[in-house]
Amino acid sequence: MSLMAVWLRVDAERVVQALQEAGEKLDSAEGEVMLDFASVLRIDGSGLMALEKFAGRADHKGVKVALRGVNVSVYKVLKLVKLTSRFSFVN
Amino acid sequence: MIAREVLQERVQISLTTESLSEERIAYLEKLVDQARTAAAVFTQFSQEDVDRIVKPMVLAGLGQAQYLARLAVEETKLGVLEDKVLKNMCATEFTYNYIKDKRTVGIIREFPERNLVEIAEPVGVIFSLTPITNPTSTVLFKCIMAIKTRNAVIFSPHPNAWRCCSEAVKIMYETARKYGAPEGVFTCLESHTLQDNAYLMRHKDVGLIDATGGPGAVKAAYSSGKPALGVGPGNTPVYLEKTAELNTAVVDIILSKTFDNGTICASEQTVVIDDEIYDTVLKKFSELGTHICNEKETELLARTVIDPKTGFIQPMAIGQRAIDIARFAGLSVKPDTKLLIVPIQGVGAKHPLSLEKLFPLLAVYRAKSADEALKVCVDVNHAGGLGHTAVIFSRNEEIIRKFGDVMNAGRIIVNSPGSIGALGAVYNDLVPTFSFGCGTGGGNSTTDNVNIYHYLNIKRVARRTQAHMWFRVPNQIYFNLNAVENIRQFPSRSTIIVTNPPLEQIGHVDLVRRYIPEGTRVHVSVIPDAEPEVKVITQGVEALNFYKADQIIALGGGSVIDAAKIMKLKFESPDADLEELAAPFLDLRKRVIQYPTEKVNRVRLIAISTTSGTGSEVTPFAVLTDKERGRKVTLADYSLTPDVAIVDPQFVMSMPKGLTADTGIDCLTHALEAVVSSYGSAYTDCNAMQAIVMAFKYLPIAFEHPGDEEARSMMHNAACIAAMAFSNASVGVNHALAHSFGARFGVAHGRANALMLPHVIAYNASVPTKFVPSPYQKGYLAHKKYATVADLLGLGGHTIEEKVKNLVTATEQLLDRLGFPRSIAELGISKEEFERAMPDLVKHAFDDPSWRSNPRMPLMSELAELFWKAYEGRGSAKEKVASAAQQTA
Repeated sequence: MSLMAVWLRVDAERVVQALQEAGEKLDSAEGEVMLDFASVLRIDGSGLMALEKFAGRADHKGVKVALRGVNVSVYKVLKLVKLTSRFSFVN
Repeated sequence: MIAREVLQERVQISLTTESLSEERIAYLEKLVDQARTAAAVFTQFSQEDVDRIVKPMVLAGLGQAQYLARLAVEETKLGVLEDKVLKNMCATEFTYNYIKDKRTVGIIREFPERNLVEIAEPVGVIFSLTPITNPTSTVLFKCIMAIKTRNAVIFSPHPNAWRCCSEAVKIMYETARKYGAPEGVFTCLESHTLQDNAYLMRHKDVGLIDATGGPGAVKAAYSSGKPALGVGPGNTPVYLEKTAELNTAVVDIILSKTFDNGTICASEQTVVIDDEIYDTVLKKFSELGTHICNEKETELLARTVIDPKTGFIQPMAIGQRAIDIARFAGLSVKPDTKLLIVPIQGVGAKHPLSLEKLFPLLAVYRAKSADEALKVCVDVNHAGGLGHTAVIFSRNEEIIRKFGDVMNAGRIIVNSPGSIGALGAVYNDLVPTFSFGCGTGGGNSTTDNVNIYHYLNIKRVARRTQAHMWFRVPNQIYFNLNAVENIRQFPSRSTIIVTNPPLEQIGHVDLVRRYIPEGTRVHVSVIPDAEPEVKVITQGVEALNFYKADQIIALGGGSVIDAAKIMKLKFESPDADLEELAAPFLDLRKRVIQYPTEKVNRVRLIAISTTSGTGSEVTPFAVLTDKERGRKVTLADYSLTPDVAIVDPQFVMSMPKGLTADTGIDCLTHALEAVVSSYGSAYTDCNAMQAIVMAFKYLPIAFEHPGDEEARSMMHNAACIAAMAFSNASVGVNHALAHSFGARFGVAHGRANALMLPHVIAYNASVPTKFVPSPYQKGYLAHKKYATVADLLGLGGHTIEEKVKNLVTATEQLLDRLGFPRSIAELGISKEEFERAMPDLVKHAFDDPSWRSNPRMPLMSELAELFWKAYEGRGSAKEKVASAAQQTA
């Protein structure tokens, strides 16, 4: 299993970009991927869309995705849009 | 709300969605998905974020007020352009003025005195129906409310107002987005069918339906199974009462009824006018551009604006000018006529013009009296306007109050225009709105003017409150040898000494009389040596009245002092109903029945106890036997507490051994129960623990050496101190068991307590099966408190369990030393008899209020188990402690 840590900046644009970059690396990933959300204080609609897309790609590749350091406000957003079941969460 | 005809298609809204194509469903799902995402993202916004968006939206709405009004008039062909501009301005400016300083994010209200905080939670996705009559103003209003409360909205405008509404949504959305609102926060259905509405109303991700529309839309919303805000239909009655300021009233009615050509559902429909002013009022209406129709014109109008098949008004009339309606009907009116008035003779289906008319046509009714006027207003209110709006013009406060009483209307507008008055914030302090809640009368969930708080889930954070506690005892307690001398200091004209025959015989009464100030008229009332009966109380009160007593000296044990307490109560408050005062209660401060505070007489009660156990001289309790009904009445209230207590050991020196033991164990039980009571406090703990130490030390001495003055004195004080503790902390399950068992088998109270005591200590010290709710204590403390008692008694032990076990042993040893039977079996009660009695024993023990403050809530099975342990006796308590220790380990 290889672990991949992707650092995401706070602003929404960077979240999208980072997720796109991470998505490209999925091809070489196996087993589990970890995305570090510790610096993400807020997520917007485009960020959510990118995250959902990333989850879809990971599913397709058979890669499990863990989100690390998701703050509770962002976690609530993921809950409301029913995305939490797509990931595992690591504190 | 809106005339039925206009929304005929909505009246027929069904909740079937079968005919929706897959493409259409995908489209609707996308709308919901967008809104759900926006609402989710919105949850991260702060109050400042939200307020930063709201203000520019309001300014955009104000800036486009005329543009949107023009679009609305052009598209709907309803109403008055200038008035629609005003509506748009009200919907933005007045709404903003109301909400601008209100908190809608995070903590929105705090109640420090109640330890309560309210936190706002958005409702999420709102599906909103908007009407044809107030199309753009309603959209502006709802958009501003939604952003202020962090919600996303999917709009479904009335089909005939879709273009103007979607333009209003667009303006609001673009402004909101520009200032940071989430993408997709507002969407508008691109043309729609009733099936679309039905689909969205039932969608699992729609949190709330806000249906401002006709009755069909409202009914569909409420039938969807979703939380819904719907507003009901209106039919506003107006009572123009003879004391009203007529010039104001007439102008207010005209301006209100003609506002936007009568499209506001709160506008006046029928004006009921007192006979005395009827002609004057009509003349004033006439002078101000109103056409008063004659009988023939009224008939013509009714035929024109009412559909004879349905009984509903014709859609073509809604929101039209008075002159146009007159022209359609073939009436000849002046070109500047702004309002048509039709006199009617009744209300209801036979008088169709008495129903809602969303155009400038007003019915008037001549009432012969205020009574008739109010009844006609009620008829109008019930003819399609329940819960909505009613108006009165009057200067008679009594009539206004009566009108408010009999009208079923969420808004009762006084001396001001109905339509603009109901919108709020212009003529009164009602909350500004474009959605009128009509309560259950209108099939709605609220009578409020719908506002931001209806778009929020309000969460209440309730912190544990430190409940007020108390420590109440007589304000004067005199103790130790010869304390009785203190009677001297209480002046009295007429004193009654209540006592028992034996106490009189052994000279106790004479001893007391010696210290009663000279000149006091003294009467001795000797009552039987038993729990007081109703008859005894009645006789005592008669004596108090006869002798005009201002002081009672109760000299005796618990029953005498209890009798005196009740005599005092009935003497001071003759109407007090003892049966009612004995009603059960859970919390003294919240009890249903209040003891009388108004008193026709005043009498001082001095209690001198002649036993060392009940502590009745300081307690707020009294027990009465009602032989006629075969029951006991227990009274509890601090007003029963004697004014003065005298704890003088010379009155107990001659107590027989058995009574010394029984009352002494009663005292110890009071203290041991108070110390672990869930109502206990530091104030009661210190008294309870002191009493325990004194009882363990001095009770055996007083029992074995009855003449030992110190031991007698200390036990007498211990009983009083324990009573001060349990008067404020109450007792526990030991008393519940003892009351039940004692009553069934005729065993003295102290003795019954003794049989239960070691088992109850062991029971309370083990982990409860059920805890008793108590705001007064933090955590489970009983075992630790028993351990503290064991330490105070110097019983040794290293762990809590050891200390509790030692306390049980010490209690058993004390009981042995006092010669108590150590099992119920020893009393000669057979196992079979006890088994037969068990259901009743358990039932009465569970009904007994004593256990309510016990640290464990006793299950009925546990009460039975405790009874059986008491039956078996020695050893079972220690086994219980050992088992509890195992359980803890």
